[in-house]
Order: sequence, then C-alpha cells, then structure tokens
Amino acid sequence: MKLGLLYSRIRKDEKLLLSELRERGHEIVKIDVRKQRFGLDATTAEVADCDLVIDRCLATSRSLYATRFLAAYGVPVINSPETAAVCADKVKNSLALEAAGVPTPATEVAFTKEAAMEAIEGFGYPCVIKPVVGSWGRLMAKIDTENAAEAILEHKATLGHYEHKVFYVQEYVDKPGRDIRVLACDGEPVAAMTRSSDHWLTNAAKGGETATFDLDDEAKELVATASDAVGGGLLGVDLMETKDGEYTVHEVNHTVEFKALNEASEVDVPAAVVDWLELKADVADEAVATA
Amino acid sequence: MTESECVECGGTVALHDDLEIGEIVDCETCGAELEVVDVSPPVLDRAPELEEDWGE
Ligand SMILES: [Zn+2]
Repeated sequence: MKLGLLYSRIRKDEKLLLSELRERGHEIVKIDVRKQRFGLDATTAEVADCDLVIDRCLATSRSLYATRFLAAYGVPVINSPETAAVCADKVKNSLALEAAGVPTPATEVAFTKEAAMEAIEGFGYPCVIKPVVGSWGRLMAKIDTENAAEAILEHKATLGHYEHKVFYVQEYVDKPGRDIRVLACDGEPVAAMTRSSDHWLTNAAKGGETATFDLDDEAKELVATASDAVGGGLLGVDLMETKDGEYTVHEVNHTVEFKALNEASEVDVPAAVVDWLELKADVADEAVATA
Repeated sequence: MTESECVECGGTVALHDDLEIGEIVDCETCGAELEVVDVSPPVLDRAPELEEDWGE
C-alpha cells in the first residue's frame, strides 16, 4: 500500500512503525504538517493517491484539523477526525464513555472558581483536577485539602490559558498503585501493560514502571465498548482497577504511543499495528472500487 | 554510526544509521535538542519548541 504519515516529530514510536512498513515493502510518504497548507478542496500535502494516511501529529490542533481536511478530500485517515475530536477533549471523552455505559470516574465541570470549589467540596478530599486538553499527566493536580484547592483554582484562573478556565474535577480513584494501558485496533486489544508508581500519576511518561498485563474478559469487553464509544480506530485505552476489584476507564487516547508497550509486552506491537493498517487500506480500497 | 555538527555549540553529534528526517536528537555536549532535517549527509537544525499540548 501507499501510506501517508502525517508528523511533526519522528519519535521512537514513528520509527518503529516506519521500519515495519518498509520491511514489508510499503511505499511511505512522510508528510511534515508544518510545511503544508490545507485549502477547502486541495492541499499541498501529497495525499491524493495514498491508500491510507496515518496521523501521528503530536499537537492536538494539528491532528484535529489535518485529519478533518483529509477526510473532506476523501482520503482515508487513521484516526478519523470524529474519533480525534472526542479523544482530544476530556469532556467529550467522558460523556462518550458514560453514554456507552462504560464505567468512568465521576466528573463535574465548572466554569468559575466558585462553582469549581463547590464541585471539589462535593467530591471531598482527595479529588483530582485536570485540564480538558492535556497529556502525559501534565497540569493535573491531586487536591488533598481546601487550602490546596483554593490555591490551584486561583492559579489556574490567573495564569491559565482559556482552556484552563474550564475546571474539570474528578473523583480520586484509589487504585492499587498502578493503571492499565491497552493498545487496541478497532476495539481489539493488541497488547496491554500496567504502569506502576508510588506517585499518584503512573504514566509511563512520568517514569512509572511498566509490566505486561493479561486482560481478563471483562477488561476486553470494556476496551471494545470504550473504543466504539469514541468512534473506533488505533487507540490507547486507560483503565484503572478500583478497590472493589472493578475497572474504571479514565480516557481513550487517539495518538497513541506504543514504544513502552512494545518493550513491556511480548507482542510485536508495530507488526500488529501494521497488520491492522493493511486491513484498513484494503477496506478503503474496496470502498473506492464500489463507489 | 555517522556524525554531524551541533548548530548550537559546534560539537560533534554521533548519529545512528537509521536516522529519519523529523527525528529529534540530543547534543551530548550542550544538551540542545536538534531536529534531523536531512539524512544524506545528515543535517541538524535547532528543534522547534514544544508549543501546545501533545496528543497522549
Ligand atoms: Zn551542542
């Protein structure tokens, strides 16, 4: 297949993907989004005869708009702009999970410090406050006391970007020191790992320790439902185990990293992802043929 | 292994053979983040700053 790769930085993840694609003899068009323009009916990006384009943009806004344009030109793109739009925004993400009946932490959004303070007091301490757009655990805060709550809200209101004036407050899940990251292709798990840390943020990006994890049927079911809830695609699903031995799904990520997962797991993750991309390219081809 | 010159400090930066355009490498001498803008021969430039949130 001819595969377009939208990027602005080539990380280890993209290198793994590129080397697997090249090994299989696929033609690759690397598209640096920083150099492209997107018009209403055409773009400078070389996507016209791509069987499939995979979006690996790091910046959320680039990812959202570039995929939206490609979809408008009729170019098949992974992930779809619809999926990206839901995953890029924690509010949309939470609402989609809730609507699909996926257990997700209790969440409230407020637009003023005063209303946010009421939300925090409602949850009690500790609770968690997150930016609606955010990653790698950045700017997330666990709030242990009323004093901390007041300080954080004041700082966010004063220093924050306008997106920080949406206060996303969430119950604190007392997990057993680890969370679970699952990489899934249209809801089918490819590999899973746990990320453990003494710190409440257990992200691999924050230096948490990773280990391979076998999903039970319940977790697999949740991953499939959560994936459908956001529109499917190549996704990272973040689960936590609660004290009652249940799962709760925090969020679904649309520009998923798999370097750590590839190292933690026995599965050849890039190979599995490329298997799936080949499948998607075939489906896209058939859709064009029958159109 | 191949090498190129750091645009920040002029030091030598050792590079892997499977270099990709768009990849970010660190200068071991000055710690600068450098972006690979060409591969044959390798050309490095200052990496762009992170501006906004990234996907994950
Ligand atoms: Zn240097």
